[in-house]
Amino acid sequence: MSKISKDDVLRLAKLSNIYIDESQIDTFVHELEEIIGYVEMLGDVDVAGLEPTQQVTGLKNIMRPDEEVDYGVTPKDLLRNAPAQEKNQIKVKRVL
Amino acid sequence: MGAWKSIKQEASDVVSGKTTALSNVEKSLKLISEHEEFKAIIATTSERALKRAKEIDQKIAKGESVGELAGVPFVAKDNFLVFGADTTAASNILKGFDAPYQATAIKKLEEAGAICVAKANLDAFAHGSSTENSDFFTTINPVDKSRVPGGSSGGSAAAVALQLAPFALGTDTGGSIRLPASFCGVVGYKPTYGIVSRSGVVAMGSSLDVIGPLTQTVEDAGIVLEVISGKDGLDSTLIDRAEKNYDHLDSVDLKGLRVGVVKEYFDEGLDPAIRKNIERVIGQIKKSGATIEEVSLPSSKTGLAVYYVLCPAEVSSNLSRYDGQRYGYSNKEANDLDESYTKSRGKGFGSEAKRRIMVGTYVLSSGYYDAYYQKAQLVRTKIIQEFEDAFDRFDILIGPTAPMNAFKIGENIDDPLKMYLTDIMTVSANLAGIPAITIPAGLVDNLPSGVQLMAPQNKDKFLLSIAQKVEDII
Repeated sequence: MSKISKDDVLRLAKLSNIYIDESQIDTFVHELEEIIGYVEMLGDVDVAGLEPTQQVTGLKNIMRPDEEVDYGVTPKDLLRNAPAQEKNQIKVKRVL
Repeated sequence: MGAWKSIKQEASDVVSGKTTALSNVEKSLKLISEHEEFKAIIATTSERALKRAKEIDQKIAKGESVGELAGVPFVAKDNFLVFGADTTAASNILKGFDAPYQATAIKKLEEAGAICVAKANLDAFAHGSSTENSDFFTTINPVDKSRVPGGSSGGSAAAVALQLAPFALGTDTGGSIRLPASFCGVVGYKPTYGIVSRSGVVAMGSSLDVIGPLTQTVEDAGIVLEVISGKDGLDSTLIDRAEKNYDHLDSVDLKGLRVGVVKEYFDEGLDPAIRKNIERVIGQIKKSGATIEEVSLPSSKTGLAVYYVLCPAEVSSNLSRYDGQRYGYSNKEANDLDESYTKSRGKGFGSEAKRRIMVGTYVLSSGYYDAYYQKAQLVRTKIIQEFEDAFDRFDILIGPTAPMNAFKIGENIDDPLKMYLTDIMTVSANLAGIPAITIPAGLVDNLPSGVQLMAPQNKDKFLLSIAQKVEDII
């Protein structure tokens, strides 16, 4: 059974850009351990000679003409859900 | 007699003037308000729906054609982008999102004359089997108020069971149409992967997600599927349809049909009363002249493990777009961009979304990728091959839709793994991309119980035609 530590949960939260409260950590440790423990049954499956499946359609490189298409959606439509904006652009907090 | 006739009849009554689109929409909105206690609906699109109904009635008055779904109201799961109400995916992080465009499925239904009247509740981001993971509220099973409606399309299933509208749209990544349809006693159809565009639908597991209808009958499912399927140039995973006219199902004879009973679905874990009921259904199919034989899909037992590696991996990638900057909830206390990301996501996502994102990040991370993600992709190939072998010998596969019927509200919510196990009989169809349907098979211990049929990829019309026949005889 896989061991998930507090540090693992903190590392995963950091990689996922998710703040988690100190009080939630133990619950996540326990739940992730159970889930990862369950999927470990895959280790026992013999897959010799098989290729991995990424998708089931068999499609390859779907191309479209390199031209402008009007979908009837304006920049204003796309911006109206932005929490903060200025001069027709999305405004974010300082980066550094 | 229910509130609605068949979709075909409803549309024809609108066109012939026997009723109007407006009275249909008004009736649906009234039913929604009368059944609020079941919490199937997050919001109505009443203003836009009434306006569209009037436009359709005017067109009919002028003798213009309005499409095959003229004036038929429907409910959309709240992960479809729809005009007229917010699109929330039942999540706090998307609360208040005002769709800048509509999903292709919605557009196509509108072009055919159908009218979206409301957005249905779901487990937030479609992560769950009960709607208890909705960030807003839990939907109540219409048959037994102490129980869940199943999920994640639980609001859609309850809406159809309560007959709030003639049909509803759902999404199915691991069983999210079929499980709630089975729990609520309606038809739930998961099409072949890649025949319905997912443009404008909140993405969950992109190699697994499909859109499908929840309806009163198999015929209605075919009618809706015909309208929503087809290429739109906006979803590059769409394949060519192998069959035409899902809205005109073949009249089939079960005589000589080769039906495979999936052995692994009848192992321990299956409620004995459900087993008995499915055996009764299989007996009736046999009486109609079909050949019934057991078939083994040995790797189906690992299907759920494959799913709970691949799905969270894809979720962790798809949900990275919710960053608090472009749309959705944004934490105002953050001092810089990094903090804004982590706090917006930390407060905006519910526990299940966080769990899936973290599990997905774990199985994709360096050192674990080969053991989990790559291995799951390999076992997925094995599962697909087993289906292919089975379909060499059988036309259709049959089994229960779920190992249990609707469970009590609160029964599984503190045990995420136990909740995941409800999907054990539905995930394999998503992994293989094949079509699958659940149809009501009567009551078991006073609760609705479904029977599941599966067919080879791109044989949707065949599957629906067989299902219609089975629906007739059980």
